[in-house]
Order: sequence, then structure tokens, then C-alpha cells
Amino acid sequence: MRPQRLTGWLFAGPALAVMTVFFFIPVLGGLALSLTDFDPYALADWHNLRFVGLGNYLVLLERPAFWSALGNTLYFVVAGVPLTMGLALAAALLLNHRLARWQGAFRTALFAPVVTTVVAAAVVWRYLFNTRAGMINVALQAVGLQPVDWLGNPRWAMPTLILFAAWKNFGYDMVLFLAGLQAIDPFLYEAARLDGASAPRRFWHITLPMLAPTTLIVGLLTVAGYFQLFAEPYVITEGGPLQSTVSVLYLMYDDGFKWWHLGMASAIAFLLFALIYAVSFMLLRLARKRGAA
Amino acid sequence: MVLGGLIGLAGCALFPLLWMLSVSLMPPGAADTLPPPLLPQHPTLANYRVLFAQDGMGRYVFNSLLVASVTTLVSLGLNLGAGYAFAKLHFVGRERLFQLLVGALVLPAQVTMMPLFLLLKWMGLVNTYVGVMAPMLVTVFGIFIVRQYARSLPDELLEAARIDGAGEGWIFLRVVVPLIKPIMVTLAVFTFLASWNDFMWPLIILTGQEHYTLPVALAALSREHAQDTGTMMAGALVTTLPVLVLFLVLQRHYIQGLLLGSVKG
Repeated sequence: MRPQRLTGWLFAGPALAVMTVFFFIPVLGGLALSLTDFDPYALADWHNLRFVGLGNYLVLLERPAFWSALGNTLYFVVAGVPLTMGLALAAALLLNHRLARWQGAFRTALFAPVVTTVVAAAVVWRYLFNTRAGMINVALQAVGLQPVDWLGNPRWAMPTLILFAAWKNFGYDMVLFLAGLQAIDPFLYEAARLDGASAPRRFWHITLPMLAPTTLIVGLLTVAGYFQLFAEPYVITEGGPLQSTVSVLYLMYDDGFKWWHLGMASAIAFLLFALIYAVSFMLLRLARKRGAA
Repeated sequence: MVLGGLIGLAGCALFPLLWMLSVSLMPPGAADTLPPPLLPQHPTLANYRVLFAQDGMGRYVFNSLLVASVTTLVSLGLNLGAGYAFAKLHFVGRERLFQLLVGALVLPAQVTMMPLFLLLKWMGLVNTYVGVMAPMLVTVFGIFIVRQYARSLPDELLEAARIDGAGEGWIFLRVVVPLIKPIMVTLAVFTFLASWNDFMWPLIILTGQEHYTLPVALAALSREHAQDTGTMMAGALVTTLPVLVLFLVLQRHYIQGLLLGSVKG
């Protein structure tokens, strides 16, 4: 079997080499970088670089801009994830319903926003939600409601981004839910129907419990994705108004690639990673306790 | 009622996309009148002409096509080889390496962005096509789905070819590749779409307009210049139409990849 060992390395080697150079080394490099005061002076000359230990992390914990970015991101996650998953589940249930027709066409239509380029869709959103001439406000006024200053009011900017994200992403979760629904044994529903269980009871006692493993996966994926909010505020609100839509990644981008504080930016990246990891871990624990996975 | 719900949801999903198409076909300035019209009275390609003649959109289309195509081809080669090796070839440290790769899935891309920028700066690859492609050339997702698929190939087939004296390269190209074509299509669509739609990394690594991909160029247009609504909608359409069409043609393969990828969670 000796020649085959070499063959294995020949086939896997190039990919592993590329991955080492462009992923694994940068991960370790990032960790090291987060422990330095890398700034524009260091960018000009490496000799200006100093080791600061956990200094960046400690500075971050006392920086109001970081807490505000974290708060904005949490708002986006806590409101956006349930909305997106709720829409996705509703759409999947409708598609899977025995009275539904043209499932293929509807699935394609509902999934279309997912493959749309996020920047392009965000540009469309920016004009649709324009306060003065946007189609949304014109429609609101047509039915006798007050126009909303969607992108100019700090209270409305984040909800607008959340609506955008739900629209853009629910199709992804829907496809996963649909696969989960189709894996449920139809016999369970037959038996429940014979026992006289109503539709809401069947949903509550069969669909939801049988769907729990799918829900967990969808939840973990959606939460991790939503913590990494960036393109939406970058294009739609530019972080404003009054910094109300600056997310953690937005702060990292500004610190790192606008002000060239790459050490501080790395610390932000690792703090965000730690947070995503911790939340995912808690969700998993919670699910295990309830016996879902 | 079920049908009504579906029609309502699909309408909400498609409305922004149809509105984009409609406004992009209006004469310049027409979309900015109050109340804004829903449909163009005299459809025209004037906005597209402005976009390509004044804003240099052709260059960005070329950049995006080049970056997404080359990324797809190279990553196909690298991921196929590795996925096949992890599924069917025995080499020292295989299982442990694979566990390491799967473990790396929890690491989000942004922790690599700052050091990767410095690394590429040192290599002289900032503001180059190679710089944009670098982080997408090999993905754990790609290796993973190829491995899952290749595991189902019968070992006897490979052994028989070896006994007949076939070389490993010949076996891979003539026996393995034809059998794993479906997963190659899936991987190719996924990579092309991901590369085309990618925003944050190209925004970081591309410091000059001449290499901008479509999303970066479109974001710059919308942020830095006061643009006519019609022109911007035409730009958004040009940016997203290629991937929408690609998805429509190959959606079965795309959805399959999505389902395979989520199992890793």
C-alpha cells in the first residue's frame, strides 16, 4: 500500500497547501496581530510594532463605540433571526401543504432573493425605502397611513435592515425546513387524524417536535450568519443615522481598513468569533436539554 | 387560502426585483417624479447606455466574470482532488486532518482578513485578481461535499483499474471524474455564485477602481455619487442578472448543494 500513501498526499496536497497559506496561517497570524498595537506607523515600518498583550481587548471593553456596535448587532440578531425563521417555516408549510399547487414555481420565486447579489438588492432597498419618493412610503400614504422616515430616523433604520435581511434570507431557511417537513412520516399525520386531532394540535404535537433537529440547524446557521452583518448597513445606511446601524463587523472594517488599526480590528474579529461560538454552544445545550438533538 | 398565502409571499419576494427591472427601463429622471410611476410608459435602454458609456460598467462586468470563472475552475480542481483523496485514498494522518478541516468550519472568515491583507501586501498581491480569489480557492465545504459523494463509489472499481495497471492519475480522470460529475456541477454553481456575490473581501483587497468587481463598483456608485434612480437600478440588474439566470438554469444542483452543506452543522 506504500505507493497509495504518496498518491493521497499528491491529490490532497495542493488544496491543503493553499488552505494553509490563505487560511490557517492567517488565523494564527490574526490571533498574534490582535495582541499588538499594529497601526498606520507599523504599516509603514514593521519596527514600530509593539506587543501589547490583551491590551486591545481591554480597550475594547471600555470603548462606547464597541458596545454600541455590539448592541446594534444583537438587536439585528434577536429580532432578525426569529422573523426570518418564522417566515421560512410559514413558507415551507404552505409549500408542503396538500392543497398547494405549482410548488416548483413558487419555490423558485421564494428562493430568488437568496441568490440575488446582496449589494444589488441593498441598492434596490435603499431606493424603495427612500423617505420622500420611495415606493413603500407612497404605498403607505395611498392606504391612509403616515409615511415613515425609514432610513433617516435612528429608531427605524435598524428595523428597515431587519426587514431587508428577512426578505433576502428566508428562502434559504425555507428550503431546509421543507426538506425537514418532507422527511416526516405521513403515517403520523394519518394516525393523528384518525384520533381526531385538529390541525393546530397536529402542528404542535407532530410537526414541531419532528422538525426540532432541522430547526436547530437552521437556527445555528442563521444566528452565525446574522452576527456577521456588514454589507447591508454599508450599502443601505452607511452605518447611520447617528451610528445606529454600525455593526461589529462594520466597526472592524472601519478600524482596520479605514484607520489601519489592524491590531484592534483583529481583536474585534476574535471577540465576535468568541461571541458567536458561545451563543451557538448555548443554543446546542438548550436543545440537548429539551431532547431535540 | 394556501394558494393565496403562497401568491402573497411570492409577490413580496419578487416585487423588489420586478421594480428594479421596471425602473431600469424608464427614461432617465422619470423614476424621480412624484408620485413615482410603477411601470415605464416608454421603455428605453437609456440608463444602460449611461451605465456602460459613462460609468465604465463593461470593465466591472469583465472583472466579475474573470474572477468568478477562474475561481470556479481552480477551486474545482483543488477541491475535487482533495475530496477524492479524503474519501478513497489512504494516507498518513487522513482522519485527523479531515477532523481539523471540519473543526475549522467554526472559524468565520473575518478573523483572517487583517493578516491575509498583510500577507498579500507582502506578496505584492493587493489590488490584483489573484488577491480577490485567494481565500475562495479551497473551501472546507467544497472538500466536504466531494468527499461525501466520492465515498459512495465502489472500491472494487478502483481496485480493478489498479490491477489492470492503470495509473492513479488515469483512474482519477477516466474513472472517478465521470462518476462524480453531478457533484462537480453543484460545486461549480456554488463557487461561481459565492465568488460573484462576495463583497467584504473584494472591498478590502481592491484598492483601485480598475479591478473592482460588480458588487464593489455598485456599492461605490451608490455611496459616493448622487445617482439617478434609473441608472442605479440598471446597475443593480446588471450585477445580479447573471447569477439569477445561472440559478434558474441549474437550481436543482444548487439546492442539492445547500442541503448537503447544511448537514455539516
